[in-house]
Amino acid sequence: MIRVESLVKKFQYRNKNNKIVWRTAVDGLTLDIRQGEVFGLLGPNGAGKTTTIRMLTMLTEPTSGEIFYDNTPIRGHEQEMKQLIGVVPQHINFDQDLTVGENLELHARLHHMGRVERHRRIEELLAYVELADLVNANVRELSGGMKRRLLIARALIHHPRILFLDEPTVALDPQVRRRIWELIRQLAREQVTVLLTTHYIEEAETLCERVAILNKGRLIGLDTPQAFCEQMGRYTVEWDAVDAREYRFFDTRREAADFMAELGGSASIRRSNLEDVFIELTGRREGL
Amino acid sequence: MLYDIWTVFWRDWLVLKRRMPRFILSRMVAPMLYLVAFGWGLGRSIQVIGGSYIDFLVPGILALNSMNISFNSVTPVHAERIYHKSLEEYLVAPICPYSVVIGKVLAAVLRGLISSSIIVVLAWLFGAHFIITPLFLLVLILNCVIFAEIGFFAAMTIASFEEMGQVNTYILLPMSFLCGTFFSTGTLPDAVRWFIELLPLTHTSYLLRGISSGADIALSSVLVLVFYSLLCFFFSSRVFLRLSK
Repeated sequence: MIRVESLVKKFQYRNKNNKIVWRTAVDGLTLDIRQGEVFGLLGPNGAGKTTTIRMLTMLTEPTSGEIFYDNTPIRGHEQEMKQLIGVVPQHINFDQDLTVGENLELHARLHHMGRVERHRRIEELLAYVELADLVNANVRELSGGMKRRLLIARALIHHPRILFLDEPTVALDPQVRRRIWELIRQLAREQVTVLLTTHYIEEAETLCERVAILNKGRLIGLDTPQAFCEQMGRYTVEWDAVDAREYRFFDTRREAADFMAELGGSASIRRSNLEDVFIELTGRREGL
Repeated sequence: MLYDIWTVFWRDWLVLKRRMPRFILSRMVAPMLYLVAFGWGLGRSIQVIGGSYIDFLVPGILALNSMNISFNSVTPVHAERIYHKSLEEYLVAPICPYSVVIGKVLAAVLRGLISSSIIVVLAWLFGAHFIITPLFLLVLILNCVIFAEIGFFAAMTIASFEEMGQVNTYILLPMSFLCGTFFSTGTLPDAVRWFIELLPLTHTSYLLRGISSGADIALSSVLVLVFYSLLCFFFSSRVFLRLSK
């Protein structure tokens, strides 16, 4: 469904000596995402997740590399490809002068939907995200959670086959986050391909069939969350060392228990999770 | 593409419709002050060839007002681009980028024309005499188009809200006073006059004044306005196309 080949994005900036230098935000990224898959892009701040999403959604032009949707390169077919995608940006980017319903209507018109269909779809989606009563409210009056749900509704109006979600649950409370997760699962059941970036490891572990871990613009791992954990060791022993929390990974619980017995003191044993994988691969404990 | 232009225009029309009473009232203030101060007040002691000063003044006010309104109608695009980021909604949509430029400019032209209509009504109430012909309307529309396009270009290129204000201070405000709006450019020193006569607002002022008084006009001035509108469209489209990539 989505194929990314050797994608590179470089930006210019001025360094401390006021000289223009290049910074590589995405460095040779290659991915293949299947139809109906929920795929996660994980990485610390500045890893290149948002830049990747912006290139995939045609908001930023790659320096080099190719992106294909359904084996068609997006370069030279932008208008056709834009019809296939829905975008939920990281920032709330509603038109502040329009109401909830008008924001959705603007999006539907921009996607060339006929009058009857767009009104039916707006009604349907507002009910889907439980905002039907607020159709005439100004978007400024909505809470953070409502705005996030409305962003998803807006991105879905034109029946996209691919949905990009950039940090969809950032700064939301756990209840709202879980409601959005349920919406995403429902979309995957409807064969919508979902690509999401997230800081929340739990979110990636819960939602994504596969995750790609980026660091400093490079892909450093791609697998299912379970496979990642198994490769690293299913069990983790963690303990307080002199200056930091230490971790060690084991394939079996027995090996982990033996090691813990050797350590004594305040060590504990638990199942490994994606967060352990993330920390091991990115090597940035402070990044979390 | 026409449907896309209509969609972009529709959004601005929706906002304008909701604010129409406020828009009309606020647009009456500046022309009223000009008419009172320069028409009734200062104007009584000024003699101009071929009529009263208020007759001379009204086309100038129309030119500067349509310039200001159409420019400032597009500048909120700056906030849509930088602060609200709602412009991205157009960038991810399967529409022709030119339709965004044209739709926004047309909406600004509409605002400029509504504002001009208010001035025409006020000027009549103040006792001014002038003729409105189709060519007069065309000149007014071209003036709105040029400054809406300049506004769009500024909104696309300027980094901060403060700098947007500086465009008003350093470009629009001097043009408002110097481009044949309140007095003839013939009284200016040659070097200044030569520069002022290159600017589109000067041509708009002269054309509107000539047409409204039934005098002969230079058709080359119409061509200058057409040239400026095409040039500004080229630059505003180019900057938007660059953003959409």
